[in-house]
Amino acid sequence: MGSQRAKIIIVALCLAALALIVPHSGSFVVLLATRAMAFAILAMSVDLLLGYTGLSSMGQAAYFGVGAYLTAVLATKMHFGLGWDFWLVVIMGILLGAALAAVFGLFAIRAGGVYFLMITLALGQCVWGLAYRWNSLTGGDNGINMTGRPNFGLDLTNEVTFFYLVFAFFVVSMVLMYVLVRSPFGQSLAGIRERELRMQILGYNTWLHKYIVFIIAGGFGGLSGVLWAHTNGHVSPETVVLTTSVDSLLMVVLGGAGTLVGATIGTAIVFALREYLSTLVPWWQYVLGGVYVLTILYLPMGLMGLLTRARQRLKPESKDEGVKKLATNPS
Amino acid sequence: MTTRLHKVLMGSCLALGLGLAAPASSEELRIGYISPVTGIFAQVGKDMVDGFQMYLDEHGGKLGGMDVKFIVEDDQGKPDAGVTKAKKLILQDKVHMFIGGLLASTGYALAPISTSEKTLYISSVSSADDLTQRQLSKYPYFVRTSWTSSLPHQPLGQWACDNGFKKVIVIAADYAFGYETAGGFQKVFEDCGGKVVQKIWPPLGTKDFGPYIPTFKADADAIFTTMVGPMALQFPKQLRGAGVKKPILGSGVSYDEFVLPFMGDEVIGDVSALHYSAAIDTPRNQEFVKAYRAKYGKVPGYYSENNYTTAMWLDEAIKKAGGKYPGPEEFIKIMASIKLDAPRGPVELDENRNPIENVYIKKVEKKKVFGYDKDELWNTVIKTYPKVSQFWTYGKDKFLAQPVYDRDFPPCKFCE
Repeated sequence: MGSQRAKIIIVALCLAALALIVPHSGSFVVLLATRAMAFAILAMSVDLLLGYTGLSSMGQAAYFGVGAYLTAVLATKMHFGLGWDFWLVVIMGILLGAALAAVFGLFAIRAGGVYFLMITLALGQCVWGLAYRWNSLTGGDNGINMTGRPNFGLDLTNEVTFFYLVFAFFVVSMVLMYVLVRSPFGQSLAGIRERELRMQILGYNTWLHKYIVFIIAGGFGGLSGVLWAHTNGHVSPETVVLTTSVDSLLMVVLGGAGTLVGATIGTAIVFALREYLSTLVPWWQYVLGGVYVLTILYLPMGLMGLLTRARQRLKPESKDEGVKKLATNPS
Repeated sequence: MTTRLHKVLMGSCLALGLGLAAPASSEELRIGYISPVTGIFAQVGKDMVDGFQMYLDEHGGKLGGMDVKFIVEDDQGKPDAGVTKAKKLILQDKVHMFIGGLLASTGYALAPISTSEKTLYISSVSSADDLTQRQLSKYPYFVRTSWTSSLPHQPLGQWACDNGFKKVIVIAADYAFGYETAGGFQKVFEDCGGKVVQKIWPPLGTKDFGPYIPTFKADADAIFTTMVGPMALQFPKQLRGAGVKKPILGSGVSYDEFVLPFMGDEVIGDVSALHYSAAIDTPRNQEFVKAYRAKYGKVPGYYSENNYTTAMWLDEAIKKAGGKYPGPEEFIKIMASIKLDAPRGPVELDENRNPIENVYIKKVEKKKVFGYDKDELWNTVIKTYPKVSQFWTYGKDKFLAQPVYDRDFPPCKFCE
């Protein structure tokens, strides 16, 4: 338990450092950090499914997309959500994401493994198709331009203020998901990931567990979408497209599935490579590709796996680790 | 290793026209350029950059006497990424203006940034109609040096009507650009007495037109088509392969010099309309085509010409401003006061900051042009509509009273 507390302290320190340092760097870095944190909420929601429950969802962009489109449509068509009602939009975004996940979950949760992946992919593409074709509402391929960010005493057009808002949402989401995965419910999810049949024999309703976590992940996806829409000021079918889902999945794998911090680190690395390195060199895609390939080949546990491995090598006789290893490898 | 890496880096920078070594000075003009240098539109993105770079190289890296720092950013063909890159250019590089954007959706995404950051945005390719039409007032720092999607296709509607076509099938890619090109054609064609009898919208990126071709109405006497990317290559091939002999009236983009060298003889005789053709028979254009071909080994399409002209426009404007950048409002006024003699012909801005330019009705022919010794496919100009405005002959007020061209506008009155 002591090492867990140490981890929490380290993460908290890192977050505090982030909040203190970033606003004093260039405003482009502030923008990138804001984008990365908004997206990291989506990546963590993917991690809830992939890392903690063992469900590889290829359709997480759908919930992200409905959140983003909801925000954009309300703001441009009804001028709703640009003052105090921004908080209502946040709640609506979460509920809409969760509601959509509740519908999609009915279809998807019945399947497992690669079939689950295919169904979520197909459902995600349905949402993309809708965004692309429902011209009167979504503006089709051109997307929707938003005119400004909310202002409720706090003027969010200021990039630094907006950074702190997204930072707050990011931290709260992380804490909530952390509490969730440490709860008995989260522990039974891990049980499902390891051996679903055994959980069923023990009397757990595994379908319901998976369904609930799927809905929760959808809710966080919706929240992430609301923030993303305001970060960018522009929502288009590109927001909902398959690559958004794949990106979020890759970020989780890169950082280390089954650790919320890993999902965040993965997001940060991908954003840094894709949006910062690409301003410096034209061959950034080789770097990104190389990082993915090397991670899959040598670090199947992601970058967080690197830490675990290093620690094991440093303290080979640690009882704590040994017990943990037994617990996670029930073979 | 480091030095080798460094060399590779430098080499690729130069090859992509990224690293223009301009010595820093107080009279430096910083220009941000956004184009898809990677991803499926990478080749088009390179053509765009090449056009601008060529003008810079011809003028010793200076525009109007100012040293230019030309910073290219990659938007990967995604509006989202374009927004980030535009902000990077403004916030980090402190550019005076940003230029570019290929897709209509990118144009729509970039224009609001010009407003919020009070920085000039010049759309040198992206053609989304409404930016210089109904939405213009939202974007005071926005200028277009290229075209609106419907601009060349409205004269094409007139030409089709004047040349005896009565019933036309429209088949166009299912997105805003397809709607706007087809809409412009249909509106003018029908106002002149023609009939669009069928409208088909295959999804963007369709490679197999097998399901669509058999449904074409037999009594139609021509086909209007807007195809982009790989669709442009596939459609004529499959249409002729299926034995359909109806003439094609196409969007100029489907027959741009960018795709033309990869097309077969089946496209000979196809008619299209655009504000540029590499085969325009003027000394100014011949000089441009020859210089471009000598430098880059290919015939320039409108992607390159439009950016070359944009650089020329900036050159003239800075000169007129006295060798300095006077801020966006003043600069737009100066740009609007300039009449250019570009490779594409005379160009000037209308009151909505969109070019008034010649539209060329072109026919694909296999022949030798400008003294090149091989038979090649060229877009021979068969009719020139001079000084065409985005409002065609309707006048601004009447034109803007109708909605923007869309999937269902103009409605298909003659489809059963």
